[in-house]
Amino acid sequence: MSETNAVKTKREPLFHLVKRDDMKWWSAWLIRIGTIIIGFLLLCFISMMLTKESFGSIVETMYRGVFGKLEQGKTKMLWSYLQKTAILLGLSIAVTPAFKMKFWNCGAEGQALAGGMASMICMIELGDKLPYPVLILVIVFTSILAGAVWGVIPAIFKAQYNTNETLFTLMMNYVATQIVKYYLYIEGGGSNKINPVSEGNLPIIGGNEYLLNIIIVLVLTVLIFIYLNYSKHGYEITVVGESQNTARYIGINVKKVFIRTMIVSGALCGVIGMLLVSGTNHSIDTTTVGGQGFTAIMVSWLGQFNPFIMVLMSALVIFLQLGSGKVADSCHLNSSYADIAVGLVILLVVGCEFFIRYSVKFRGSKKEDNK
Amino acid sequence: MQKIPAIELNNITKTFGKVVANKNVCLTAYRGEILSVLGENGSGKTTLMNMISGIYFPDEGQIYIDGKEAVIASPKDAFKYKIGMIHQHFKLVDVFTAAENIVLGIKDGKYNLKASIEKIKAICDQYGFELDPNKKIYTMSVSEKQTVEIVKVLYRGADILILDEPTAVLTPQEIEVLFKVLRRMKEAGKSIIIITHKLNEVMELSDRVAVLRKGEYIGCVNTVDTNESQLTEMMVGEKISLNIDRSEPKNSKDRLTVKNLECLDRTGVKVLSDVSFTARSGEILGIAGIAGSGQRELLEAIAGLQKVNAGEIIYINPKTDSVEDLRDKTPKQIRDLGVRLSFVPEDRLGMGLVANMDITDNMMLRSYKKGRSFFLQRKAPKDLAEKIIEELSVVTPGVSTPVRQLSGGNIQKVLVGREIAASPKLLMVAYPVRGLDINSSYTIFNLLNQQKEKGVAVIFVGEDLDTLVELCDRIMVIGSGKVKGVVDARTTTKEELGLMMLKSDFESEGGTDE
Repeated sequence: MSETNAVKTKREPLFHLVKRDDMKWWSAWLIRIGTIIIGFLLLCFISMMLTKESFGSIVETMYRGVFGKLEQGKTKMLWSYLQKTAILLGLSIAVTPAFKMKFWNCGAEGQALAGGMASMICMIELGDKLPYPVLILVIVFTSILAGAVWGVIPAIFKAQYNTNETLFTLMMNYVATQIVKYYLYIEGGGSNKINPVSEGNLPIIGGNEYLLNIIIVLVLTVLIFIYLNYSKHGYEITVVGESQNTARYIGINVKKVFIRTMIVSGALCGVIGMLLVSGTNHSIDTTTVGGQGFTAIMVSWLGQFNPFIMVLMSALVIFLQLGSGKVADSCHLNSSYADIAVGLVILLVVGCEFFIRYSVKFRGSKKEDNK
Repeated sequence: MQKIPAIELNNITKTFGKVVANKNVCLTAYRGEILSVLGENGSGKTTLMNMISGIYFPDEGQIYIDGKEAVIASPKDAFKYKIGMIHQHFKLVDVFTAAENIVLGIKDGKYNLKASIEKIKAICDQYGFELDPNKKIYTMSVSEKQTVEIVKVLYRGADILILDEPTAVLTPQEIEVLFKVLRRMKEAGKSIIIITHKLNEVMELSDRVAVLRKGEYIGCVNTVDTNESQLTEMMVGEKISLNIDRSEPKNSKDRLTVKNLECLDRTGVKVLSDVSFTARSGEILGIAGIAGSGQRELLEAIAGLQKVNAGEIIYINPKTDSVEDLRDKTPKQIRDLGVRLSFVPEDRLGMGLVANMDITDNMMLRSYKKGRSFFLQRKAPKDLAEKIIEELSVVTPGVSTPVRQLSGGNIQKVLVGREIAASPKLLMVAYPVRGLDINSSYTIFNLLNQQKEKGVAVIFVGEDLDTLVELCDRIMVIGSGKVKGVVDARTTTKEELGLMMLKSDFESEGGTDE
């Protein structure tokens, strides 16, 4: 008997994980917020070690990076912060329907670029030929169409030939980038650059060039939330994402849902591309979207496919990007420092999800009664 | 011949949570013999073998190898004791060659494929295997892959070989070859344990048969001293009375007629061939058979989820008496035809329900499309959810609890409740009481009986013969995708069903129902 017992104890590992379903939502959020604060403090301490600055000055530099100088009371930096957040948020909600369907759309970058490209072409080619309202309508329409086409091509191939959508959407990014490069080459002459175009710009409301973008993205966020949670389409997306077997069983046409959802996802990316080109930059280059299409994937996951949580998450990510960018800048650190800083905090946030879902039980914490 | 025990199991017990998979099993396998382990589904055969091969660790009891107590805590330990297991589902790397797969994971210093191939060839010659060591796995047939698996364990010097359902995937000719090889290995002094539920193979191949039933060791007999009906009796056991109320079918009419149905699986293997039967209204038609005999494919073919290769599936609409062919229709097309078909699939959380959605949203699965609105109407499904929770006494914190948090019995109540709420005319249920406690099981039986009395044609796929015999009106037995016969459930016995289930194709063609 003693021998078998000895065997059993030898087999019990140092710790094991237990899944938990009983955590209250507020304690989960307490953990998440706590983790963000810890991550932020950790980031500050690492910055202090690298730069030999004081804690206070690190925090102040970060703050300046995001909101501008404290004493001037100017709001330009703040608006720029909100604009960047809005673009990231827009891309995040755009990829969310696809992700909820477990269709790994890694092509937000390319889809937004395609939409931006369509806007740019309309602005240059039709800018002086059409009356302003018609021109804007044409820009909106073509950029949505371009984004949707860029999104639906991988979906069609997935539905028909079961190709891998991750690779396909990634490849489509490169295609979009190359097309923009080519366009810059023919349109920009030797400079490979297009000077800002004054025709076909989106209207400026409230005296601020970013306000319209922000409002549009917020409206889209609400609409997507409703679409995902209260529409029949959203229901189908959830069922397909959770179990394709169940979807087939109840008679959902999975291929149709793939294609339809990727049209929606791509179209939304196209809108964001239009906001960037026609709304703020009035020009285009290959870095117009600036990698935010990839960051959006992370934000969508961090937001657990809930558009409203994504608002907070994109605000956090942009805050970290800008803040640590400023620290890197003013303390002469490598520019990759900002990426590392964002990565550090996000890693902690992702890691804390693990502890929300599982609890760790150490050996000996649960004593078995030996006779 | 003097018998030397190769492996002895002493009072092995293994539990998974509350489920007892093996209880005080004692078993001995000798050198130079073939031992069959026989038992129904869920009788604990595979669990037992997994403990010998180090995948599971017994909760109680000892394993002796060559007379010494052994601790087999991992498959590596099993190799150390020269135990090799050939799993039912092969574990090979598709893009590697046979030889590469065979040497994979062996750490004996040098990686010398040439020398290994020589050794593989020697093993093949010794036992009579046909194997090209340089052939890639993905170009191989199922039987070639099995050969690779067997050679793999022999290469590692295994003396005790365990084969889990080795003939399930083979053609009769391939089975012959396999048996020849196994006999040669036996002559070479290896100890071979095969897990099976095919009686004729047991009789043909093995020296002794050990029978398990519901996790318990029933006994071990010499093959020469036994016959098929004694083994069947050992397997199915005494009749247990369940006291399910069973009413006589009232004005039964044909509701579903399946004619000469044939289906292929994804790899092109026939899973159903020439299946014909009729399900009648006001009657429960049981379908009995070893798991994987084509039950799932049959139900899915009727529900429009499985491609049909040949045959007809005719539904007779009781309202209009019109006749619809359901073949090659999608589930949606079937519903649009006005066919009131409800289906409780075997895989509750993977097919019947969405685990992460709450009870209300799961209720909507069938009905969410109703109405022209772009938006979902959650009112009616919520009422339905509340009704089902109350009527079937589902234990749940509320309608907005994800179904994955419910217990197995409550999950099943939600699923069956939803399917019945659609007021079907044809109800198909697959293993509806699997894993359920006795009270939940009776709830489900009562629901099915109510449906029967309402004039619904019920098709019940079950595994527990006691249940089938007491609940159903007629029982159709299928084996390896073919109908082995239809019997009256009121007059049949478990032994009769057991024999029909286990009969090989060859026999069933020769002699019809006894």
